[in-house]
Amino acid sequence: MGLARYIAFRALLIIPTILLLYTLVFIVLRVLPGNPVLAALGTKNIPEEQLKALMRELGLDKPLYQQYFEYLINFLRGDMGYSMIIRGRPIANDIADKFPATLELAIWAMVMSFALGVGFGYVAGKSRGTALKHIARLYGSITYIIFIPALGLFLQLLFGRWLGVLPTGGRLSPGIYINSITGLYTIDSLLQGDFNTFADAIKHIILPSLTLGLVLSGPFTRLTLSNMERVLGSKIVVAYRARGVREEVIARHVFKHALIPIVTYLGLQFALLLGGAVLTETTFNWPGLGTYLVDKIMYRDYTAIQAVVILFAFLVGVISLMTDVAYALIDPRVRY
Amino acid sequence: MTLNIYTVIGLAVILVIVLMALLADFIAPYSPVEASGMELESPNPLHIMGTDNLGRDVFSRVVYGARTVIVVVLIAVILSGVIGTVLGLVSGYISGVLDKILSFVMDSIYAFPSLILAIALSVALGPNIFNAAVAIAITYIPTYFRMVRGQVLSIKNESFVEMARALGLPITRIMARYILPQLTQTLVVVFSMNSADAVLTEAALSFFGLTVQPPTPDWGFDLYKGRGFILSGAWWMLIFPGGMITLLALGFALLSEGVSQSYVVKEGE
Repeated sequence: MGLARYIAFRALLIIPTILLLYTLVFIVLRVLPGNPVLAALGTKNIPEEQLKALMRELGLDKPLYQQYFEYLINFLRGDMGYSMIIRGRPIANDIADKFPATLELAIWAMVMSFALGVGFGYVAGKSRGTALKHIARLYGSITYIIFIPALGLFLQLLFGRWLGVLPTGGRLSPGIYINSITGLYTIDSLLQGDFNTFADAIKHIILPSLTLGLVLSGPFTRLTLSNMERVLGSKIVVAYRARGVREEVIARHVFKHALIPIVTYLGLQFALLLGGAVLTETTFNWPGLGTYLVDKIMYRDYTAIQAVVILFAFLVGVISLMTDVAYALIDPRVRY
Repeated sequence: MTLNIYTVIGLAVILVIVLMALLADFIAPYSPVEASGMELESPNPLHIMGTDNLGRDVFSRVVYGARTVIVVVLIAVILSGVIGTVLGLVSGYISGVLDKILSFVMDSIYAFPSLILAIALSVALGPNIFNAAVAIAITYIPTYFRMVRGQVLSIKNESFVEMARALGLPITRIMARYILPQLTQTLVVVFSMNSADAVLTEAALSFFGLTVQPPTPDWGFDLYKGRGFILSGAWWMLIFPGGMITLLALGFALLSEGVSQSYVVKEGE
């Protein structure tokens, strides 16, 4: 199978998964609750006429199957409906506003977790004793139990309140403005050559990305360690040693071999990353999709909640496709 | 099963917290819901973990808060364990169309971020403790399903199962008596790993206000309230509930690590 055909094939396989997730979310949010409008308003004392008008405005008066298909088609066109609370506000606009913040957090968190996780795994894999390896293995299997808000708030307390060196939340300090190009402030500020803003944006993203990155770093440590051990035990290393190659150099070569399976693992971390981002954002008042989702939960704004959750379902599908493709590019055997 | 150090520490931590929840009436010095001191007292001999913004004893709230999380985790893990195991057994043993459909549905749910699914479910079901437990349970069913199904596929063609079939034993008996016992060790590992995760998910749902209603004590919810007092430096409102969440999750994680290590050792013998 050629690469193009392989990609097309995988893409087709992703569609039923996304549809299933869409259906699931639709059932959970639309069929289960009583009347979402009443829940959102938080009162039952509303004139029948007004209730009907509101339902019609939101398209909730149509039969469920019709809502199901219309919503899907509109969603694919980028129309995610209107907020139930802030009348007349298209949800798609809100999401477009919030998405770059989440993306920026996700990217930096991935960088952090990759650096921390792989770094520790590399050091442990290179070490001769077993103590560090034991610690690395334990680290690898327990970082996921860190409760993100607990760690995040502790870091805020430590660096924000006690040491006073880093801000405790938000994306930029009050009084600092930026012309948004990509919506990723660390990149936008660099593109405009504004180093003050860049420094401010970096200061704000250190703690959130460190928190999320640390929690996700465990599997990288474990993978790096086990892969390095595998490669270190192989014949190529014996050959290196026989030729008198220095251990430092061997470790570097081994690391390169060990890295391939780790890179493909990045995609698998994505679902965890999304869940973690929701917690990290709310902990740090980071104005992304997670904070948006939680805000909407507080107000029982079902249409907005539904849009965000379905968007997550699409993202998971797309990322899983991209992982498959990356894997096929790195390892041609997968395609056949 | 050989006991290893992780198993022992993990079990000890869990046991202490469970005892704390059971004996809360005797351990907590004050009522968890009524003021017993001044507002925001830092830890002192009368209030060893200080008081919160309403003058309630943080230590008493931490002790009683253990009840909420343990009840939710217990219900969630048992519910998902039973449903997931039964579905996995049936799906793997009978195979066919049912197996294909179930596997597809379970894989899709598994791929979705479980926290976000749990949030959506608890919003839909309505925020209370029992619904939170159900929401968490649903997100974990695929974990048990996939694991059990995979094992069943490899076990069902072993000769002792073959023999049971040849004897004409009913399917339910074969599954319950011949296949299920083979799965116990793996189930224990998944069970404790899931419990660790369930502790965190419960705390997260509470953090978002989707489980208990105030003034019920709950670690996740108390942590959420504590975040408003970072700048006042009321660290005791954060460190204690947050630390307990991490400690309990750590207990379960160590247990699962320990059990799976002794499992691997045994396999290797």
